[in-house]
Amino acid sequence: MKFDTPATTNPIDQLKVVGQPFDRIDGPAKTTGTARYAYESHDVAPDAVYGCIVGAAIAKGRILSIDETDAKAAPGVLGIVTAENAGKLGQGDFNTAKLLGGPEVDHYHQAIAVVVAGTFEQARAAAQRLRVRYEPSRGRFDLAAAKDTAVKPKPGAGGPSDSSVGDFATAFAAAPVQFDATYTTPDQTHAMMEPHATVAKWDGNQLTMWTSNQMIAWTVGDVAKTLGIPKEDVRLISPYIGGGFGGKLFLRADALLAALAARAVRRPVKVALPRPLVINNTTHRPATIQRIRLGATRDGKLTAIAHESWSGDQPDGEPETAVSQTRLLYAGEHRLTAMRLAVLDLPEGNSMRAPGEAPGMMALEIAIDEMAEKLGLDPVEFRIRNDTQVVPDNPVKADSDDPQAKGEQTHVPHPPFSQRQLVECLRRGAEKFGWARRNPKPAQARDGRWLVGTGVAAAFRNNLLMKSAARVRLDQRGIVTVETDMTDIGTGSYTIIAQTAAEMMGVSLDEVVVNLGDSRFPVSCGSGGQFGAANSTSGVFAACVKLREAVARKLGVEAGEATFAHGRVFAGGRSGTLAELAGPAGLTGEDGIEYGDLDKRYQQSTFGAHFVEVGVDAVTGETRVRRMLAVCAAGRILNPKSARSQVIGAMTMGVGAALMEDLVVDKRKGFFVNHDLAGYEVPVHADIPHQEVIFLEETDPIASPMKAKGVGELGICGVGAAVANAIHHATGIRIRDYPITLDKLLERLPLPTDSG
Amino acid sequence: MRPFTYERARTPAEAAAAAKRHAGAKFVAGGTNLLDLMKLEIETPTHLIDVNGLGLDTLETTPEGGLRIGALVRNTDLAADARVRRDYGVLARALLAGASGQLRNMATTAGNLLQRTRCPYFYDTNMPCNKRVPGDGCAAIGGFTRQHAVIGASDACIATHPSDMAVALRVLDATVETIGPDGATRRIPLADFHRLPGDQPQVETALAAGELITAVTLPRPVGGAHFYRKVRDRASFAFALVSVAAIVQRDGSGRVALGGVAHKPWRVEAAESEMTKGARAVVARLLAGAKPTTENAFKLKLVERVLAAVLAEAKGARG
Amino acid sequence: MAGTAAVAVTSLTMISQAQPNANPAPAAALMKIAFTVNGTPRALEIDPRTTLLDALREELHLTGTKKGCDHGQCGACTVLVGGRRINSCLTLAVMQQGAEITTIEGLGTPEQLHPLQAAFVRCDGYQCGYCTPGQICSAVAMLSEVQAGIPSHVTADLNAPAAWSEAEVRERMSGNLCRCGAYSNIFEAIQTFAGKRP
Repeated sequence: MKFDTPATTNPIDQLKVVGQPFDRIDGPAKTTGTARYAYESHDVAPDAVYGCIVGAAIAKGRILSIDETDAKAAPGVLGIVTAENAGKLGQGDFNTAKLLGGPEVDHYHQAIAVVVAGTFEQARAAAQRLRVRYEPSRGRFDLAAAKDTAVKPKPGAGGPSDSSVGDFATAFAAAPVQFDATYTTPDQTHAMMEPHATVAKWDGNQLTMWTSNQMIAWTVGDVAKTLGIPKEDVRLISPYIGGGFGGKLFLRADALLAALAARAVRRPVKVALPRPLVINNTTHRPATIQRIRLGATRDGKLTAIAHESWSGDQPDGEPETAVSQTRLLYAGEHRLTAMRLAVLDLPEGNSMRAPGEAPGMMALEIAIDEMAEKLGLDPVEFRIRNDTQVVPDNPVKADSDDPQAKGEQTHVPHPPFSQRQLVECLRRGAEKFGWARRNPKPAQARDGRWLVGTGVAAAFRNNLLMKSAARVRLDQRGIVTVETDMTDIGTGSYTIIAQTAAEMMGVSLDEVVVNLGDSRFPVSCGSGGQFGAANSTSGVFAACVKLREAVARKLGVEAGEATFAHGRVFAGGRSGTLAELAGPAGLTGEDGIEYGDLDKRYQQSTFGAHFVEVGVDAVTGETRVRRMLAVCAAGRILNPKSARSQVIGAMTMGVGAALMEDLVVDKRKGFFVNHDLAGYEVPVHADIPHQEVIFLEETDPIASPMKAKGVGELGICGVGAAVANAIHHATGIRIRDYPITLDKLLERLPLPTDSG
Repeated sequence: MRPFTYERARTPAEAAAAAKRHAGAKFVAGGTNLLDLMKLEIETPTHLIDVNGLGLDTLETTPEGGLRIGALVRNTDLAADARVRRDYGVLARALLAGASGQLRNMATTAGNLLQRTRCPYFYDTNMPCNKRVPGDGCAAIGGFTRQHAVIGASDACIATHPSDMAVALRVLDATVETIGPDGATRRIPLADFHRLPGDQPQVETALAAGELITAVTLPRPVGGAHFYRKVRDRASFAFALVSVAAIVQRDGSGRVALGGVAHKPWRVEAAESEMTKGARAVVARLLAGAKPTTENAFKLKLVERVLAAVLAEAKGARG
Repeated sequence: MAGTAAVAVTSLTMISQAQPNANPAPAAALMKIAFTVNGTPRALEIDPRTTLLDALREELHLTGTKKGCDHGQCGACTVLVGGRRINSCLTLAVMQQGAEITTIEGLGTPEQLHPLQAAFVRCDGYQCGYCTPGQICSAVAMLSEVQAGIPSHVTADLNAPAAWSEAEVRERMSGNLCRCGAYSNIFEAIQTFAGKRP
């Protein structure tokens, strides 16, 4: 189904099932521990043995030798795979650094070997017996030091690295009120609870992997490419994924080395990354340095906006696209954005929940708060004054290598937003949060030992369109079974897909079975970039349209005239049950959604507003969040219960980003020092108060037939800045370097009494 | 994890004797730190002596009116004991500020004292560490030192001791009771139990090889207002940046010990004569000679602020 | 200048895995162990190095108990031993001779959910589901701890019996990380369940 004109009325609009807060259909499995994650596939590979990955002990250099004598002699050892004996390996499209290093080492804890043994205990012990000699070489590990070497990166998915509208320099110089500040965000790690894990099994040339992966088709492709085998010989199965957040978008070392090891020892092999290896072995959100300059009139109209960002990555890597939202969020005639990329020899930087916008909004939304303060304007009002209903800066995106096909014909310099309710989000949130009672002056409120403050930030995240297909089968019991390689990483895919199929086919939710995460199913959009929900359900919608046609044909009526309800079809006085129409042979509909140029004619984005109240301990500077509210406008909400969970989860991660999350780089040795869950602190229960989420009424017929957009990342975009702004309001102290830990506040907090 | 043999000891003497028989033996009780480190091969015992069956899990009042805490009393149970809550509030508070509910259910009194540092370079076997491999060097020095010691460190090691409980025990003048491999018992004041790193950071306590902790005794309650203030980045389940254990008497005199600043619970009795003068005066002597790094210098200020708040609260409570 | 971002490498080569091992490690002799899991007696012959967590997952195929970190830093492996919650990754199976162990599989089944499991489903107290069994086991024991009057870090008066409060629950559950960030809903699930208790 090609979606190239805005949606009109369709069966989803009935909202009998879609839009209702159903409990997740995978809930009983998850809460009883019967949902089976990758490493738990005992029955399919009862003879599986264990692989333990060895990570490089240096950040950059060469392996001189690997002495396997002791490891091979260790009890139970069945084989050792290194780059020397792995055979020729290709490089996956989605990998920057090699997944199996050697002799060159590209980053710390890059996998250099997998040791296979009969039991986990044997494999782990034997892996420690591998003796590796290295020749370290100099590496570049310090973003601040490498900043001046950063270059203009290649245009990526987020558009060109630079953009310019009007004449920023002149307008900024002429602005009556100017603001210029630099912010930093640190490297961060996904820290999903399930470490990357895979069971790999070969049957002849056929490779099957039970793995934990967000993007089945991408990864099938990269497995095939890396191993040099046909895609058809690779099957991935990933029904449950213990969190991903962008860290499991790709083929990673667990899967590749499980496959190599299984081939080497001729038995299925299971590999999970040990937690202390995950952080440096896999990808992370890169640190940024961001300079923001704002020029405004005295009455609070932005006239000049510049946002520049510096980040680093492995050679041939990509920048953290932290300026992308600044092209879209606020009005302002004269504008400039730029991204620069330095080469660093740290582990590979890549996507983490809302790449680009998450760190970009952390900086931009402090800057907006600072400018409002400078102008003496309420920060909610300042944002409202600078709203725009068209895109202020829409650089031409290169979507083809052919210079003639740069989309010039469809390029609209200032496209309208398909929907944009930022102002409503801010107003509604302000009202709900009691913003009017706020004393604009910072450092005024106290509650016992706590200095109390509130902060606001806009939320913004783009809606991404991806092709997505599904197959829907109807059987003679009237059960509808959906098959798609879509994944559920905690996002609620199972449930919203079931809701979509139930609505389309006129059956109840418990008459739908959803099978996900198997590469034998039609290729979906996968999970990432908050594109999963809207695109995958649109694909299911398309497949259901096909199935409805098949059912109508059986009844001998036109699909367009048929009504599907209560497990029956009605049209023109005729009626039949789905079960009998399906008959013993059953009926199948298969299709996918693909998109026209609606996303070029309209900008599709999601909006929100975050309101946060914090207490800062007047003595210690410890910040604790007391209240949180997010108001979101993100198209049709397919399931308010699971969508709310997506938002609160993102808000929680945003609190972590604001207050504690910091992968610390040892700039001498070139690695993330705090590489476990004790050293890298993420929020715990005690850090998070009750969280409130309001979804504004919205349908977006331009976005998809579901009239839905993504929401899973909107919640993290801006929330960190809202925390930072609340800390400023509580204390009068402005911190521009995340995370805002107590040591950054301490010097400027008032002295406690009785210091003597 | 290296292979090891395993036995369950039935009496303290049997455990100690078993340790004598096996070079490279370790006692295991809660296991929360030992197994953590064994998985990384930072600890490589060849023989494990499970001491959980020794019956050292009771609390009893001593003839002097103090409290004798069995080595195997779990942190949860110690913190929940009515006598501890009433008379040794600083200890209950310190225990409850540590780790998680699950870990406190496993961790024992003796094991808590024997926790090893959480220095990330100690935990990464690719990094040089004089604790792991004496003479290997210290990767933490010049590295990421936000959590590290500000006082009492050496050129060989700048690690801190991670225990909360030990800080409270230090301020309570606790004594550690042990039995040696030859069956001899001895009592070690907590002040002498943990060592500063010096040039032998691998030697962390006064225990001899094979010596088993059987109990920790507390003197009679000293009264006063008890405080344990732990400062950390997240609200729970995190190690202290600094912690302040204090007992303040009605006349403003008292005791104070610190966690998170040194290789051992840090207490300087002489500094306590300044308690009535205020936090600055106390800290000036308590942390005299401190040598912080730029990353952890905030700890000095933080200690002073927390102690000031504690003293103010104690004064307020006295009216 | 790129050159300013230098690494201080003093020696030309380095060797990882600092402890040399002249003799290959001896094979670990298996040990016999018996305990009860969810009411069923279990006997195993097991490598002494096997944690209770790995014994449950890899030997008994009770994979509801999750391995998130294997170092006591996340709580995903929480099980009940004698009714008390522990991190099963930090105890050896051989140390649990005679123990009565309850795992998530012992609380309820998809067809017959334990009321707390049902509350998690109703309140959406989970997302990816990987921390969920640990959260639920932890919560069951946590409520017993409150009932037994065991204080917590946020208990205001150490000499008064511990009482139910939002802050108490959030503090006591802090040993169970949830990176999906379901904390707000997990609290509501626990509250819903606890409110139904007699």
